[in-house]
Parts: sequence; structure tokens; C-alpha cells
Amino acid sequence: MAQETLSGWVRKLQAREISSRELTQLYLDRIERLDPQLNSFITVTADQALAQADAADARLAKGEESPLLGVPVAQKDIFCTEGVRTSCGSRMLDPFVSPYSATVVERMNAAGAVMLGKTNMDEFAMGSSNETSFYGPVRNPWDTERVPGGSSGGSAAAVGARLVPGATGTDTGGSIRQPAAFCGITGLKPTYGRVSRYGMIAFASSLDQGGPMAATAEDCGRMLNAMAGFDERDSTSVERPAEDFTAALDQDLKGLRIGLPTEFFGEAGLDERVRGVIDAAIEVLKGRGAEVREVGLPNSHLSVPAYYVVAPAECSSNLARFDGVRYGYRCENPEDLMDLYTRSRGEGFGDEVKRRIMVGTYVLSAGYYDAYYLKAQKVRRIIADDFRRAFEDVDVLLAPTTPELPFALGAKADPVSMYLSDIYTIAANLAGLPAMSLPAGEIDGLPVGLQLIGNYFDEARLLGVAHQYQQETDWHARVPAAFA
Amino acid sequence: MEWETVIGLEIHAQLNTVSKIFSGAPTAYGAEPNRQACPVDLGMPGVLPVLNQGAVERAVMLGLAINAEITPRSVFARKNYFYPDLPKGYQISQFELPIVGLGHLDIELEDGTTKRIGVTRAHLEEDAGKSLHEGFEAMTGIDLNRAGTPLIEIVSEPELRSAKEAVAYMKKLHSLVRYLDICDGNMQEGSFRCDANVSIRPKGQAEFGTRAELKNLNSFRFVERAINFEVERQIDVIEGGGTVVQETRLYDPDRDETRSMRSKEEANDYRYFPDPDLLPLVVDSAFIETVREKLPELPDAKRARFVEQYGLSDYDAGVLTATREMGDFYEAVAAGCDAPKLAANWVMGEFSAALNRSEVELAEAPVNAEGLAGLLARIQDETISGKIAKEVFEAMWNGEGDADAVIEAKGLKQITDTGAIDAIIDEVMANNPQQLEQYRGGKDKLFGFFVGQVMKATQGKANPAQVNERLKAKLDA
Repeated sequence: MAQETLSGWVRKLQAREISSRELTQLYLDRIERLDPQLNSFITVTADQALAQADAADARLAKGEESPLLGVPVAQKDIFCTEGVRTSCGSRMLDPFVSPYSATVVERMNAAGAVMLGKTNMDEFAMGSSNETSFYGPVRNPWDTERVPGGSSGGSAAAVGARLVPGATGTDTGGSIRQPAAFCGITGLKPTYGRVSRYGMIAFASSLDQGGPMAATAEDCGRMLNAMAGFDERDSTSVERPAEDFTAALDQDLKGLRIGLPTEFFGEAGLDERVRGVIDAAIEVLKGRGAEVREVGLPNSHLSVPAYYVVAPAECSSNLARFDGVRYGYRCENPEDLMDLYTRSRGEGFGDEVKRRIMVGTYVLSAGYYDAYYLKAQKVRRIIADDFRRAFEDVDVLLAPTTPELPFALGAKADPVSMYLSDIYTIAANLAGLPAMSLPAGEIDGLPVGLQLIGNYFDEARLLGVAHQYQQETDWHARVPAAFA
Repeated sequence: MEWETVIGLEIHAQLNTVSKIFSGAPTAYGAEPNRQACPVDLGMPGVLPVLNQGAVERAVMLGLAINAEITPRSVFARKNYFYPDLPKGYQISQFELPIVGLGHLDIELEDGTTKRIGVTRAHLEEDAGKSLHEGFEAMTGIDLNRAGTPLIEIVSEPELRSAKEAVAYMKKLHSLVRYLDICDGNMQEGSFRCDANVSIRPKGQAEFGTRAELKNLNSFRFVERAINFEVERQIDVIEGGGTVVQETRLYDPDRDETRSMRSKEEANDYRYFPDPDLLPLVVDSAFIETVREKLPELPDAKRARFVEQYGLSDYDAGVLTATREMGDFYEAVAAGCDAPKLAANWVMGEFSAALNRSEVELAEAPVNAEGLAGLLARIQDETISGKIAKEVFEAMWNGEGDADAVIEAKGLKQITDTGAIDAIIDEVMANNPQQLEQYRGGKDKLFGFFVGQVMKATQGKANPAQVNERLKAKLDA
């Protein structure tokens, strides 16, 4: 039963082959039975989910149609949910119950989705392995000794193990795509500004973007239809006419120009076996009529350094509000104001968050701003220019999502080696482009992700290419044996 | 040594928008603590700012009024520092690219000359909340109602050379923001606040001395006193062989002194950077033109018009245009009695004195423009004399009715009957033979004595011009 996709469930619900309550109960049971192996949920909202399911059943009985009506989903615990703990994976917000809901949550609720709970994540979305969560690491359903990727590792593992048909993620430097690749699912980071950031706890505001994570491209398109759209509460959200992101799913690939960025294949550190999987995927797309050529993104080596200036800088300011004064964690018996600040923050934040706050504070300091922050912003423009030139010749870029397979828990104790696992994903965030990862193969029983990067607002085309690929292959349909 | 004072002012004016600069919460003053703060003002996780167009419009209005360049693409930046009443841990302000660029304001000096003061810039920012230290037993209360109230910070060039000039500049700006109706100007409630950068240098020296920033100057009087104290202090320091240190000093009005708050070394590094939550603020020429059309007549233009249209002296026109309300009041009175100079004298004289005496605002005055015009009309048509009019005005102020009702009730109508006046003059002349003889013997000065006697006999009701004329005729007969 749990093999069914989100889109499949929507059709079955509409056909009244199953009720939302039955479906919700089915997944709640799976979570209860199987999540202890994964730790993918921080909070399960069973009662609320069943109430939402009943409301959805009432709407279905009236013959209503809505993109997600009655289908269970999970929200990454970075999205504020009214009346429900919103922890962001941090001790700092462990006691925090949000007084309001994020736009994404409101929209998905309005579309009829049933929220099963809040998924685990790296603390404040800072991490690539889900090991920085205050609630403990999430485990990869394909091998529970390995990491699920991060920061949306809880959502990826939950969808990979089919504990929920679809979940939200956020992607600042690869936090949707890398865990999607590691857990064998499909995940899309939309164009910056597509999905409202209102109520999505900010890590790096100019890079953060929410998006869907599910088994298939079709599922992601369906979810994005509910999530995306202009929001007057987010000044960086883009005002554009509503779009159907599933519109191009059935478009064939004849004449599609796919570019392979040389720099994403030549880098040292790319696992040869991963490369083999990507090459095989390229052949599949060629077989469906796509033309493939090499393109250059000559400045892509600057992505990681620029990212690790911009993201910490913004995070150091964004996380200043967590001061123990108004909400969240406050230290015991503060002696004075300075003690309240230093101990609340010292005890409330984990090491990786503190490390980035310190780096960010440093790069914004008087005398260093020009050399670091300003220069990094210039690098962003150069990187965006590289992409602009590439998209003059091709429609879509194709690359590995990650240079290597899911690694073992605790394997990357050195932060810099951890940072390098986002080497192929960061550039799309710096440029604000849409990008996705989809499962394209298996090595030693572990999934491998294929990355597609599109031009601005070209999500429908990306999803179409992915869907065409998924018509020919079944990687997206595979479920780890222990969770089948 | 002779010292020269150098002053630059930073004025924060709260813009009178209905809602806050980055949220929809109301800005009204005086609500219960934390009742006018929404999740955005509270700095809840995940919230985002959305710029209030009304604040932009007001900033542009100010920019146009001081002939400043409006920046076509200005940028909001984050000013990062920790303080309990600063909910986000940063203030959204403008740093490198403010919405209003270089402009100027003309002030009038005591000697009657005009001095042009450069305005370096004016930028939009949000206000912080308030820390409440009383009634919390070793704790501090935080009220975030004010958090997010729109402010415009107006920074002058260091071109003010005395406390008096600083006050003149501040008053001019205060008048201007109220003319523009972009700020209520209420200094008690903190709607219009001032920090002063003060330094001294030997007269003739080109480079500036080290400055101190004076805070908490919430009245014109405090600005003047604090600057004067600070100048004396700096002179004492230097002449005593010391050096002035760059620091922030707090003015204590009770002790009339400034005290060190923090030195440059202790100052925050605010780590300004462009706020990634807000797009650059683009103000195009079409927007500027729509704002320009909404601009009211500005004080300097109104003053010039009063001189031209009503034949007033420049000084009088200046007094009457000090506030928009006073100018409007004067014009209504002048129109109602068709005697602009008389109206000017009365508005600046009796009427303003009564306002001061009763300590009421113009809008709440018991005599309105129509009432005052009615009174002045009775002077014009010679129903009463100017002297009697003061008595009538008193009664009107005390709520005894309009001018006609008071004149009627008190029987103050002027005597204009020549026969009646002649009879009284005859009586006065008869009763004062000695003075009459002296007058006729050449002592002209006694004319005034006779006028006084006649007015006394009529309780001031005789028409003074007629009295003069008839008296002259009879005495010289």
C-alpha cells in the first residue's frame, strides 16, 4: 500500500477508493512502527491530522477537488505551525509553540493536505548530514548506519521510507537536493522568490527557498502548485501569474538541449561509480531525443568559498533574535543582561550554529566587510553570469547532485569536509536558479541522485524532463527493503 | 584663546503613518504595553518586513521640502546590536544609500540675517521598543508597542555655530514636519527627538575638533542648555591641558549637565549590511511628482506671500507662519474681518497672549477664527474702539458669547453721535477751567488730558477719532 505515490493517492481519494482518515491512519501507523529506526519526525500531530483528514473527507464527499485534498504530508520543522512546536531542530526553540503559521503551511492546509507532523532537520538548517539536530541524528532508510543528508534529512528519510507520501524541505545550499539524493527521492528547490519565505525560519535569507520532496517529479509538481505563488508578506517573493507546474510533464524531450558543466564532472572527489550512474542517465535522456553538449561554468570553484561567507553573515544576523528575552530557551537564573544573553545563546545553540554565527560576525565586522561580504556578493554576480551565458546555448544543465554516496554517521567530523559535500548544489542557490535532484541509480544498495538545474522560473520544464526520465526508469519507485 | 563651536544635529522624527513601517500593527501612542505589537514587531521566528508606502511618501515629502535629491534606488540595511527592546537583534535602517540625499534649510539668525544649513541626508528606519525599569523588582519590563514605528533621521552638516543656531534649526525643522503633516511633532511623547554632535576648535582653524554626541535632548530648551554646558566643558578640558575624547554623553536636565555614557572604544560595531529581506527601494520620477502635488505651501513661501498679499512686515509674517495652524488661523481671521493688519496685530497680540495664559493649543481656543473676525469687524465699523475690544475679547474668551452679544449685554457700543460727544466735551471744558486756560495759553500737551477726561466720562465708549476732531475744534475755537 505505502508504495503508492502522492499523486496516486490524490487520484484514489478523488475516486473515493480510500478515505483520507484511512490513509492518514495508515501512515500514522507506519510512523509509529518504523520511525524509531529513523528518527525522522520531531513531532507527530496525530490528533490534529485525523481532524484534518475528517475535514478533507467532508470536502471530498461534496465532490470538491483541490490539489492535495486529503493527502498526508509532513512539514520540515523550520516552517512555523500555529499551535504546534516549531523547533528548527534546536534546543533554542524546543519550547517554542508558534503563534502563527507559515504561508507554505497555510497554503498546503488550504489545498486540503493533512499534516502528520514536523520532520527532523539539522539545527537551524545548518548541516549536510542531519547530525546537528538537537533531537539526534536522522538515519538513512537505505542503511541506518549512514546519514540521510541534510538539512532536510528528516523529510527525505520519511519520504524515502514511505512514512509520508510528500514533505516540505528548504534549500539554502543544497538542503533539499542532497538529502533527496541520499534517500532516493525527488526534491525540487524552486527559483528564489517562487515560494514565500514568510514563516520559514530564516537561515540565510538571500539563499533560502522552500520546496517539495516526494517520490516523483509529478508529486513535486503537484505539491509546488499548492506551495508557490506571490505573497505580499514576503517582499522577495516574485509576483507572477499562477502556473501549473505539472503542465509540461508529458512534453517529449526531442530537441531538448542539455548542458553538462565540465567543472561538475572534472572535480577531484567525484566518485567514479557516481559518474557512471550519471553517464547512464544521460544515455536514457538521449534515447528520448535530448541533445547533450558540454558547457563551461568557469567560476564554479568560487561557489563554496562565497557561500561560506554570505550564508554565515546572514545567519549571524538572522539568529540574533534568539536572545532568551521573548521566547524560546532561556538560561536558569541569569545574573544580569549579559549573562542572560551569553548563557541562553551558549546553552541554546549547538556547535555548528555557533561556528557559523562566529564566522558571520567576523566577515561583517568593520574592516573585513569589503574583503569578505562585499567580495562574496560580487562572486555571486559572476557565478550568475556564468549560468546566464550557459543558458544561452542550452535549456537545462545536468550534473551529479553530490560527489559521493551517503556517508556513515560520524564520518565527517571536520566541518570543511562536510561543507564540500554541497559542492555541486551551492551554485544554484547563489544564482537563485531552480534545481532538482532525482534518483538515477544505485551503488551497493545506496541511491544516487541526478541534478537538473534550470533557468529562472523554468521549474515546469525541469519537472517535465525528470518526469520523462521517470517514465523510462524505476529508481524513483524503489523503496528500501526494511520499509517496503 | 577664542573658540568656535561646531554643531551638527541628528533629528529623529516619528512619521505619522497609521501602521508601522514594516508591519500592519497600529502606531497610536499610549496603548497598554505590548498590545500594538504583531509577530513581525515581536521579532518572531520566520517573520518578514514589508515596507509601508506611507512612510516612503512622507520621506520623499520631506526631501522635496528641503530641496534635496531623492535617491532613485535606496537600500535598507541591518544595524546589528543586542538590546532587550530591539526584538530582532538588529534595527532596519538605511546606511550607505539613504532615501533623501543632500538638501538644505534656511534659518534666521538673531541679527535678522538668514543662514543656509546643509542637510547631509535623511533616512528611514524603525524605532525600537521601550525598556521599563520601574515596578518590576530587579527585573526590566519590555514594551514593544513602539517597536517598528517609522522614523526619519535627518542629519545636518556640521554648520551650526552656536546653541542658538542649533535651536533655530531644530525649530525650523519642527515647523516644517508639522507643515508637511508627516510628524505630529510631539516632543513629550518622543515624536521629535534630537542628538547633537558638539565640538570646539580655535577660531580660524579649518579642521574639526573631537566631538561628543549628546543624547536625550527632548526639548528646545534642553538642546540649548546641553550644548552650552558641553561647550563650556570642552573649553575647560582643553584649556586645562586635557583632550576631548570621542564619546556619547547623556544630558541630565535635573542637574543641567552632560555625563559620559560610553566611549568610542566601547561603541558597538554595528556590522551594517543590506537587509536581504527587503528589495532596494526604487522611487521613480512619477512617484516623486505625485508626492510633489500633495505638498502644502511651505513656511518660507507662505511668509513671503503674507508680506505680499497682506502687507505685513517680514517679522510679523514670520511669526504668523511659524506653524501651519497659526497661518491658517490668521488667514481665516483676516478674511473674516477684511483688515489684515488689524488681524495680524490681534492674532499675535491679545489672542496669542490669551493662548499662553490659558495654556491651550490653538485648536482648543475658546475663541475661534470666526469669533475673532467678528470682533475685529466691530472695530472696523467703529461699533467699538480697540480698547473696548480688549474687554469684549476677555468676555468672549470666558465664554460669554460672541462679540455682538457681549457688546449688547455690556452696553459697550461706541458713542458716535456728534451731539452727545459735543455735550460731554462742553462739560469737561466747563469742569476744568484752569487746564483750559493753560492749553489756550500754548500748553498743547494738555490736549491728551482732555481726551482722557472725555474718554473717562464715556467709559471709553466715545469714538476716539471723533473725540479728537471735535475736541480740537472746540478747544481751538
